[in-house]
Amino acid sequence: MADLKQSLDTIESVVKTSYTCEGTSSWDCVLRSRQQGRPGAKTFIDLICDSFMELHGDRLYGDDPAMIGGIGMVGGRAITFIGNRKGANFKENVLCNYGMSNPEGYRKALRLAKQAEKFGRPVVCFIDTPGAYPGLGAEERGIGQAIAENLKVFSTLKTPILCFIIGEGGSGGALGIGVGDKLYMLEHAVYSVITPEGFASILLRDPSKAKEAAEAMKMTSHHLKEFSVIHDIIPERSTEQTAQAIKETIIRDLDVLCNKPLDNLVRYRLKKIRGIGEVSGGKEWWQPLLEVFTKTESLR
Amino acid sequence: MPDLCPNCQKEVALDAYRICPSCNHYFPLTIAQRLALTVDKDSFVEMSAEMRSRNPISLAGYEDKLKENEKKSSLNDAVTIGSCTIEGDSAIIAIMSFAFMGGSMGSVVGEKITQAMIEGALRGWPVVIFTASGGARMQEGIFSLMQMAKTASAAALLEETKTPLFLVLTNPTTGGVTASFAMLGDVILAEPGAIIGFAGPRVIEGTIREKLPEGFQRSEFQLSKGFVDALVSRDKLKQTLSFLIKTHTRKEAAHG
Repeated sequence: MADLKQSLDTIESVVKTSYTCEGTSSWDCVLRSRQQGRPGAKTFIDLICDSFMELHGDRLYGDDPAMIGGIGMVGGRAITFIGNRKGANFKENVLCNYGMSNPEGYRKALRLAKQAEKFGRPVVCFIDTPGAYPGLGAEERGIGQAIAENLKVFSTLKTPILCFIIGEGGSGGALGIGVGDKLYMLEHAVYSVITPEGFASILLRDPSKAKEAAEAMKMTSHHLKEFSVIHDIIPERSTEQTAQAIKETIIRDLDVLCNKPLDNLVRYRLKKIRGIGEVSGGKEWWQPLLEVFTKTESLR
Repeated sequence: MPDLCPNCQKEVALDAYRICPSCNHYFPLTIAQRLALTVDKDSFVEMSAEMRSRNPISLAGYEDKLKENEKKSSLNDAVTIGSCTIEGDSAIIAIMSFAFMGGSMGSVVGEKITQAMIEGALRGWPVVIFTASGGARMQEGIFSLMQMAKTASAAALLEETKTPLFLVLTNPTTGGVTASFAMLGDVILAEPGAIIGFAGPRVIEGTIREKLPEGFQRSEFQLSKGFVDALVSRDKLKQTLSFLIKTHTRKEAAHG
């Protein structure tokens, strides 16, 4: 009996370790989040949905293969899925621009999110991108404006939004589909304002110090949970088991969020977004926000 | 005392607008200089002047860097906000300072920009924001990224309360500031010649492996691509803002 108890403790401690990503260095997480063959948005969508139909295009310019979107059925509930797509092999990587979206990707996501709001469907986002594409065309077509618009619209979208960082959460490109009611991270996913390589070359003035940068930036699921930037960490096991864990989270959350009055939902979302930041000498901020709500026609 | 123009390398005498008479280069303005050109005399009342950054990800050296920048710029962070009147009309104004850590957006910038917008929504006053920023403040890690969502969500509240938001993009406006509140104005103005974009020119050159075309990401480029409403020279800025404020005042509905 004592032996059994001891081995249970051992199992528990092992599980706990892997659950919080402790014992794994930040750099290990960075490498794992980028690993070729790591399940992407499409893999999870296929495993989670009973059926799924992909919808294409932003109705303005084109269709961005680096952003996948569509409608899926999950246990009798229609959900709009949006996700970054890196591609499963080299050929697909190139086709999908390694998951780096152009403006049309963000505008497709925006179109589908608004469509979801219109028809009362919740939105689930899978984030997995090194960042928005830093190219000539992306700038010409307003990548900054496209991301900005998504942040604004997603923050007050009147339908539940769940976000999952499943691999790389790279900067504004990740945030562009990352504003929602709940934010989760897979255990070995990362989320940061810049890549560790970028941080190393700009702030440490030494591109070879990416490993040190990754530690200093505190970009693992464990750190972000501690910062209360994410709601929870989803343990990574086999692809099927991880997908099942995501699915259970989606069902559990939507059972709650879909029954909330939409105005309350948006208020809580805004309050959460508004609360992130560390300043001194600031004033109480929640009261003015409440007062704005009373002036806001649709949130009154 | 003549100033050396960094663009044409000539020694020039500048007036209050601080535009090079030889090549039309726009020198950066201090907060006091910008206020003097923009708001009615003695109308500016600063808000949250004492707000300062913390070190949210406990990054070594960040606190020293902040102190150093405070000393160098005589500012507490990269944005100054307050109430004012412009040609007699009340407004909330926010002015970013590139002189403080490259105008980067950390928790203080995010919070104060948000405060300015919420203050505008509460009072029903238009909000005018002058941007100058290299982007997110990397030293604050994920917290700096989240300021993009925060400021954009405040812009959403302005939209819901039908409060006008006017942007004046000055050199440079890039990265996380471009990808959040800077692109969310009801009217977006820019100073001539300002660099406005998302990714840095060197990053883009690294991606496409060729030199960028002349004038790429300048405000003239953004105007031609449809992301800026108008380029306004400094001497016309105050009257332009006044025109915008007057044309965006909503008459109260007769009913209700």
